[in-house]
Amino acid sequence: MNEFVSVQVTVNGVAYERQVEPRLLLSDFLRHDLDLTGTHVGCEHGVCGACTVLLNGEAVRSCLLFAAQVNGQNITTVEGLASGSGMDKLHPLQQAFWEAHGLQCGYCTPGFLMTLVPFLQENPNPSEQEIREALSGNLCRCTGYQKIVEAVQLAAEKLRQKV
Amino acid sequence: MKPAPFQYFAPGTLEETLDLLDRFNYDAKVIAGGQSLVPAMNFRLARPSVLIDLNGLPELSFIRPAADGGVHIGAMTRQRQVERDDVVAQRAPLIHETMPHIAHPQIRNRGTFGGSLAHADPAAELPAVLTALGGRFRLQSKRGERWLPADEFFVDFFTTALEPDELLMEIAVPPLAARTGWAFHEVVRRHGDFALVGVATTLSLDEAGRVQDARLVYLSIGDGPVQAREATRLLQGQAPTDEAIRAAAETAGDRDVDPVGDIHASSEYRRHLVKVLARQTLTTAAERARRAEP
Repeated sequence: MNEFVSVQVTVNGVAYERQVEPRLLLSDFLRHDLDLTGTHVGCEHGVCGACTVLLNGEAVRSCLLFAAQVNGQNITTVEGLASGSGMDKLHPLQQAFWEAHGLQCGYCTPGFLMTLVPFLQENPNPSEQEIREALSGNLCRCTGYQKIVEAVQLAAEKLRQKV
Repeated sequence: MKPAPFQYFAPGTLEETLDLLDRFNYDAKVIAGGQSLVPAMNFRLARPSVLIDLNGLPELSFIRPAADGGVHIGAMTRQRQVERDDVVAQRAPLIHETMPHIAHPQIRNRGTFGGSLAHADPAAELPAVLTALGGRFRLQSKRGERWLPADEFFVDFFTTALEPDELLMEIAVPPLAARTGWAFHEVVRRHGDFALVGVATTLSLDEAGRVQDARLVYLSIGDGPVQAREATRLLQGQAPTDEAIRAAAETAGDRDVDPVGDIHASSEYRRHLVKVLARQTLTTAAERARRAEP
């Protein structure tokens, strides 16, 4: 029953190969097998959005995928956003969360960031309503959404200036 | 590990998939997007001993305009793709209008059109929409294929006519009749949550502007899609005036439905929403029908 399957996957540009049990969730694979603990695990049934990562550029919940299913594919986690270590290397979205107080405890933040990266690529000048809808699949229990929405507006501005 | 152990198969061909279904039958579960199945497995509410992954079957992912003016949608087409597709927007505007209400973007990126239909959650939007549109479902097994209309496909609470060795292949959405309007609306506490009540509505007018056919199909108030048949019968042959629509909406709430109460909403509140949603969507559908091409 516990046969292992081989997974070859590229995460943040780095190629990995591991043997996994088919029932291993992608979220646990990233955290335990690859030591990429930036991806957080909240509800583990697809409600809270904390475990959101990019699968081939699209935001998905890593707790609702098996590691075996991403064989041969491309994953981006929150560790892949900054261009290096240090404040000046943050992704504009991370910088905006910092400046606009878009996080308090930070537990939900990786999921918010990974949801927002493709959203802002697709919609560089979103309305407040569009931002709130885009964030509807991510729960925050302490910062409050007001500051997060403001951070997204600031990030959108930063990203537009960059282009 | 959250889910119980299972044997995993990722077939690369349809033939192989149908062989596996034939071989493992009741022990096997197919996984499409997994956005409902994996939560159930994480809770160990579902413990399939064999999981057959359909994600290696690109031939099940397509949107094709049909010769009759309708559209065929492959079962493995991602919900996000359906949401963004121009052919769907033109030929099945009710589906286009509904897609953004289904869960959240992260879920729609992975969740599939056919997966949601085969899961048959009474709170899901697509079963109600396909029932309203008179969609037809192609089921395939080693034994052969068959087509079923929506109201025969959906059997009960989380139950469809799919046999354990059968796979849902595609859904044929017929074209809208002449002078037909549509509307989808749901009441939900937070965008993307399960709706307290939702409804998919179509309304066709005859040449004189009287209602020829109307459908009101509700979600979240029963064991599956619930049609308000008395309400729509009342409308037939009448001009869709405010009074006629109001009377139909009252009938829908008072006679056609018997909604359950739960922690999210009482039965009385759901009954109230059934009436409000009927009035709103019938009004919108009638307006759209008047503006539609003759």
